[in-house]
Amino acid sequence: MSHAEVLIAAQPAPPKTARKLSKSAIAGYFLLTLWAILGIALISMVITGWDPDKLQTYGPRLLHGLWITVKLVAISFVLGAILSMPLAYARMSSNRILSTLTYCYVYLFRGTPLLAQIFMVYYGFPSFRWFFEDIGLWWFFKDPFYCGVFAMTLNTAAYQTEIVRAAIQSVPKGQTEAASALGIHTWIAFRKIIIPQALIVALRPYGNEIILLIKSSATVSIITVYDLMGETRYAFSRTYDYQIYLWAAIFYLVIVELMRNGWARMEGRLTRHLKR
Amino acid sequence: MSGLFSALGSFWTWLTTIFDPLCGPAGAFSVFFQNTMLACGNGWGDELAGGLKITIAVSLATLPLGLVIGFFVALAQQSEEKSLRLAAGVFTTIFRGLPELLTLFIIYYGMQILLQSVLAKFGYDGPIEINAFAAGMVALAIVFSAYCSEVLVSAFKAIPKGQYEAGDALGFHRVRTMRLIILPQLVRISLPNLGNLWMNLLKDTSYVSIIGLADIIRQTGIAVRSTKAPFTFYSIACLFYLTLAVISSIGLFYLDRWAKRAEVRR
Repeated sequence: MSHAEVLIAAQPAPPKTARKLSKSAIAGYFLLTLWAILGIALISMVITGWDPDKLQTYGPRLLHGLWITVKLVAISFVLGAILSMPLAYARMSSNRILSTLTYCYVYLFRGTPLLAQIFMVYYGFPSFRWFFEDIGLWWFFKDPFYCGVFAMTLNTAAYQTEIVRAAIQSVPKGQTEAASALGIHTWIAFRKIIIPQALIVALRPYGNEIILLIKSSATVSIITVYDLMGETRYAFSRTYDYQIYLWAAIFYLVIVELMRNGWARMEGRLTRHLKR
Repeated sequence: MSGLFSALGSFWTWLTTIFDPLCGPAGAFSVFFQNTMLACGNGWGDELAGGLKITIAVSLATLPLGLVIGFFVALAQQSEEKSLRLAAGVFTTIFRGLPELLTLFIIYYGMQILLQSVLAKFGYDGPIEINAFAAGMVALAIVFSAYCSEVLVSAFKAIPKGQYEAGDALGFHRVRTMRLIILPQLVRISLPNLGNLWMNLLKDTSYVSIIGLADIIRQTGIAVRSTKAPFTFYSIACLFYLTLAVISSIGLFYLDRWAKRAEVRR
């Protein structure tokens, strides 16, 4: 039988090996440097090309364009939300004709590009000018801004219909059944039991839809609406100064990020009772 | 050899004209709209068909590029290296926040300026024209990849860690684990969302008409200017996009079924 007579003396800790630069670290630093170079190049471009005259001429115009963009998005989102309620109702109704018609509407507007829809409204509707003049709506379809609002409202209504439908259908059927077992009127049950639960599900898609709407609102600049993108294009066509696009990009990024973060905060606040 | 190629080429031309769904002998425009403004040849049918081809070509060329960039961005986003995550985060934040139209302009004019300044260093001072197809393809691919990376990251998260460990236990190299174990599951999980992105891509290709590529929208616009029948032509353009959407959703249905063939049928 053998056993150790002496304990091994305490050893010093092994020397720290130098942390080797892994491949991913190299790639990461390389890409970060690339971004940094790009950022510095853009900043230096802005600084060297800084022109107070241009700022004076086009600065207020850009801000006005920003205001138009915000107005466009807000109006069409709200109108689309209002329009989407009856549409979602029709989409879920048991009436075959009604649900097929709304399905076709939704498919039509989700399957075609917004640009085509806007062109359709702005260039296509004037073929029926006599009709619109008869019903007194010609002033509406004459103006590019209203055409943009019209097309974007129809477009976002189609998307929001799907959001509302998905949200309402995500509420388990047992909730409705429980309400009717308690003798609660269908409408009250819908308003006080289904809608609050559905809205929480719909929060995130609604936020995404607003962001998509902000981004797609740039499309109306093609039909000579002077929104942020339209003003940018106007200024670029006058000056051939590339940094105007960069300014527009910063504006859009700031709006979208503010919207995203604000919405996430609101969502966190509204769903705080669901957190464990 | 060149004779063979020219024969093959003429055979291909013959094949495409015979089976052209719009302007072939049995095409929709040639049969139903013989002597209208939609006829092929002296009408606008062949121009619209050409636009449709460009739209399909742009989206098909963008898809693989966007998928590959998106895959690597997704890998970077969930890497353990902080700098890599940051770089990928900057990429997705920028390109998911910018309107597609603005991205297109920035890349189109930016590439032009960049190339001009680089060539000026080498002493070339002539005017430079960037290919609209290439610029549109790159811009759309970048936008696509920014969204694609988000989809792939969430799909990566859905794959349990045990799968990687199983790969290690079998002695697979990391690349091999990725290719044989992770990728097939990744495709299956992310296919529905990738399908949605493809639909978006089809619609976003309409923006390349703004930088002068002869896609559906641009050809329709040209036709409208000379025929003064905007409603008809824009309806046809919408119909084209709808047809593409319907065909893709049918294709995606079968693709989804193919990807899920290994799952238990109930």
